[in-house]
Amino acid sequence: MAAVSTRDIIKKFGEVPAVNGISLTVPHGEFMVLLGPSGCGKTTFLRIICGLERQTSGDLLIGGDIVNDIPPRARGVAMMFQSYGLYPHFTVRHNIAFPLKTQGIPRTEINKKVEWASQLLGIGHLLDRRPRQLSGGERQRVALARALVREPTALLLDEPLSNLDAKLRASARQEIKQFQQRVGVTTIYVTHDQVEAMGMGDRIAVIDGGRVRQVGKPTEIYDDPADRFVATFVGTPPMNIVAKNDGYFGFRPENFLPKDMINGEACTEFNFRVDRSEYLGSERIVYGVIEGFDPKQVITAKLPPAHVADEWIRPGEWHPFAVRNSALRQFDKDGKRASRH
Amino acid sequence: MAVIAEPIVKPASRFRFILDRRDMLGSIFVAPAILYVLLLVGVPLLMAVYYSVSAYTIYNPTWQFVGLSNFVDIVENPVFRETLYNTFIFTFGSQILGLILGKFGALVLLRPFPGRKFVRALVILPWAVPIALATVAWQWMFDSLYSVINWTLIALHVIDRSQAPNWLGNPDLAMLSVIVVNAWRFFPFAIVIFLAGITAVPQDVLDAATVDGAGFWRRNYQIIMPMILPIVAIGLVFGIVFTFTDLSIVFLMTNGGPVGATSVLGFQGFQTGIVSGDVSHGAAISLFMLPVLLIVVVAMLRFIRRREI
Repeated sequence: MAAVSTRDIIKKFGEVPAVNGISLTVPHGEFMVLLGPSGCGKTTFLRIICGLERQTSGDLLIGGDIVNDIPPRARGVAMMFQSYGLYPHFTVRHNIAFPLKTQGIPRTEINKKVEWASQLLGIGHLLDRRPRQLSGGERQRVALARALVREPTALLLDEPLSNLDAKLRASARQEIKQFQQRVGVTTIYVTHDQVEAMGMGDRIAVIDGGRVRQVGKPTEIYDDPADRFVATFVGTPPMNIVAKNDGYFGFRPENFLPKDMINGEACTEFNFRVDRSEYLGSERIVYGVIEGFDPKQVITAKLPPAHVADEWIRPGEWHPFAVRNSALRQFDKDGKRASRH
Repeated sequence: MAVIAEPIVKPASRFRFILDRRDMLGSIFVAPAILYVLLLVGVPLLMAVYYSVSAYTIYNPTWQFVGLSNFVDIVENPVFRETLYNTFIFTFGSQILGLILGKFGALVLLRPFPGRKFVRALVILPWAVPIALATVAWQWMFDSLYSVINWTLIALHVIDRSQAPNWLGNPDLAMLSVIVVNAWRFFPFAIVIFLAGITAVPQDVLDAATVDGAGFWRRNYQIIMPMILPIVAIGLVFGIVFTFTDLSIVFLMTNGGPVGATSVLGFQGFQTGIVSGDVSHGAAISLFMLPVLLIVVVAMLRFIRRREI
């Protein structure tokens, strides 16, 4: 039995569908990431799961029961919001206790649970402060404690790291993931940041235009994208996609290498003209075009910087490059994944 | 070779760039406002203070200093004590009623419904209509013979014609009437205050409360109300100050009657000082508002500062 599952959820605002038929199953204990560009419907989908929006059609099941018309408070899901949504006039203790108070749980029980949740997140010393006296990271933990205190069937997180600075974000990512593994709570995590998605998700659902484009483990999403959108949305720089007569083929920049770096494996060769290169310390990104295909299609290659000396890359020069056949991906005319050859 | 004319060098005036100086320009712009306040508020206030400790009447314009005897006179007068009591009832009654109407109105106007923009504009009317016009209209509605309120109650068989209340003739009903009219004037302001406060509550906080299991009442009274309390308190301070010092509704509608039942400080000060010509006692009555208002305002502001989040 899945913790959360949806059947063909559609949500229209007026005539415009924000969510256009999402069917997704999240087993107990899984960390599922919904990844997509802004406006793709991922947040709307999350709001439908917790009951802040009512879907236009389709079924939503939580813990095996259909909860389409059950109000948010009875769904047993907790949500952590982008800006946390802490109650500014309550202390941290009162914030964490609030979801228990609304359920009419006796005071002694509430105190015990607040104690438990605050210990779990290491915020025991902050209980008597108010949200404005906390740092961004502390606020995030309080929001997490408030979400977890009533032991929800599913924990929903809506871009929880977007309010943190870059440095804090990396450690918070780690923290949330470890924490989730320890508690084992089913988690649905919405983000537009592929680094968060790849680094945290047990599985990722890539969403675009209100539809799920692909669901799979991070390695599946990266190595075997279901269509051109997934191929170009995940990965920096994105996968190179080149038009050919019966569709497209694609390859990751790190698989596009000088011919002499590929020893003996079956590969497809290209003549590559270097236009520009960027040295990024740990890697070198080279931009150019390949002979025989659309000359406006910029191809990127990601090379180990030590291997390629500066003088080797002169703009305008042609070099023999190649892609291992195992790393080539084929897409049909509609951009969908085609069977490999 | 072209001959270049000698540039004409004007002697630099000391005042040439005076308007470019921030401090000078600022002073010039602020001066009218300061003059206005000094001449039309400061001077009369000082004069009132002086009148209140003198024996000045318009029949005997003496500047003789009498100390605090005017204040002792008015405090010992039971009519003044009743007026003071009336002023509190009038002020807090109309503020409470106005706040309730304001909260209710704000909740209604937050929900989308057809014609909402029109209703929003309409609701501001009581505040915008000239007070004299509005009061005359209300006077007719409370009229002993032609009251449209009584007519409606009779038509709905709520009361019998013989029991029709004399709104402005009965002391308690007269107070209720002036309170209702003042609350009616105040409530658009309260709606604006509440609307501003409620729309400033972040949607994330409201959503969090919904997911945390709070229903309509809990969201309203445990989340929204405490969060907007500082804004509402500021609005209330304004409301209290304006109402406490107001005399127009009472003056226009009941003339303080019946038998002084709706007389308020502003009205009595005007009656005594201007109408009856006893300027010194009138000034003393009016100045009595100052310490009372000061206490109320300081208490409210302290409360707001403590609640600030």
